[in-house]
Amino acid sequence: MLNWFHRLGSPRTFFAMTSNWHPWLLALSIGLLLAGSAWALLFVPPDYQQGNTVRIMYIHVPAAILAQSGYMMMAGAAMVFLVWRIKLADMAMTAVAPLGASITFLALVTGAIWGKPTWGTWWVWDARLTSTLVLFFLYLGVMALRSAMEGREQAGRACAILSVVGVVNLPIIKYSVDWWYTLHQPASFTLSEKPAMPMEMWLPLLVMVIGYYLFFFTVWFMRLRNEILVREQNTEWVRTWVAER
Amino acid sequence: MKFGAMKVHRRKQLLLVLFLVAAVGGATAFALMALNENINLFYTPEQIAKGEAPVDRMIRAGGMVSEGSVVRDAESLKVRFVVSDMKDADVTIEYEGILPDLFREGQGIIARGQLNEEGVFVAEEVLAKHDENYMPPEVAAALEEAHRKDGS
Repeated sequence: MLNWFHRLGSPRTFFAMTSNWHPWLLALSIGLLLAGSAWALLFVPPDYQQGNTVRIMYIHVPAAILAQSGYMMMAGAAMVFLVWRIKLADMAMTAVAPLGASITFLALVTGAIWGKPTWGTWWVWDARLTSTLVLFFLYLGVMALRSAMEGREQAGRACAILSVVGVVNLPIIKYSVDWWYTLHQPASFTLSEKPAMPMEMWLPLLVMVIGYYLFFFTVWFMRLRNEILVREQNTEWVRTWVAER
Repeated sequence: MKFGAMKVHRRKQLLLVLFLVAAVGGATAFALMALNENINLFYTPEQIAKGEAPVDRMIRAGGMVSEGSVVRDAESLKVRFVVSDMKDADVTIEYEGILPDLFREGQGIIARGQLNEEGVFVAEEVLAKHDENYMPPEVAAALEEAHRKDGS
């Protein structure tokens, strides 16, 4: 087990083992997203209060979930890099940050578009919205730090420390709606409790959440493979690989 | 992988990082506790009734619009209603302008404005607070029907 883990930790082995995964992953995730979107946009009944505005939820809720999960994954990779010095973990961290920033941006923008007709405002400085904005800046901070620092090793360590420390923000986002009075409502989508909506509205949301996760993983995975090639470009195996193309 | 089997420098590194996270987490928790009052977006009717909300300063008040309390002026967009915390405290709100689509009796709202000397909240902006429940219109109608039958 440990041996397998170590072998996978080598960029070269990882690259070789995963060479034909992404077409399948991509097809599956895009299929799920298309099916989920069509279901949500065409077949889900409108909400009794919001009408068709409710359909924004199918884009917004999975994006917000992924924004937080993505950060957890980045911090996990950072932790592995800090403790075990596995280079692949640093590459994974580099590859995931822009992805996480994009999905957080999507969650913020769709939230604002939903907020205007529902609440009557695009933005309010309540605890949930503000902590999500902080999450967006954390992702940007990790990206900026990486490009600002000289020396790959130092930059990697600094980014890893920032990522790990930023984890403190995640429980704040999650529990903000319980700890303080906010405009944002508590969670509508949970796996642990009875859903706050009927099955016909909840199932397409589940499909979208799974689709988002899979798409996130797929793009991360493809970016990671690129990152490996860029960083190992001067090694023998990458040259051979390129020459074979 | 057992913790005891880790190399010493790795274990030290792990503990150091965990300590760092705990320290930053602790500092943030204290800061948030100190700022608790300011992080709350609005004052509840109970807080206003107890006199915790400042008078003549821009604040937000939130609560449920009481059933049958909405009085609209026939000539203008002025509207007056009562929000309560569904227990015993309530506060009267005056507003002039267009209310959000979701504004109804029984709906949670958040108003931004000032509390005057008489304890009336003069709002400049009213936002509707949405709850986490979603349902199709037929289901909502059926629920209401069932509720009415229960009541009579």
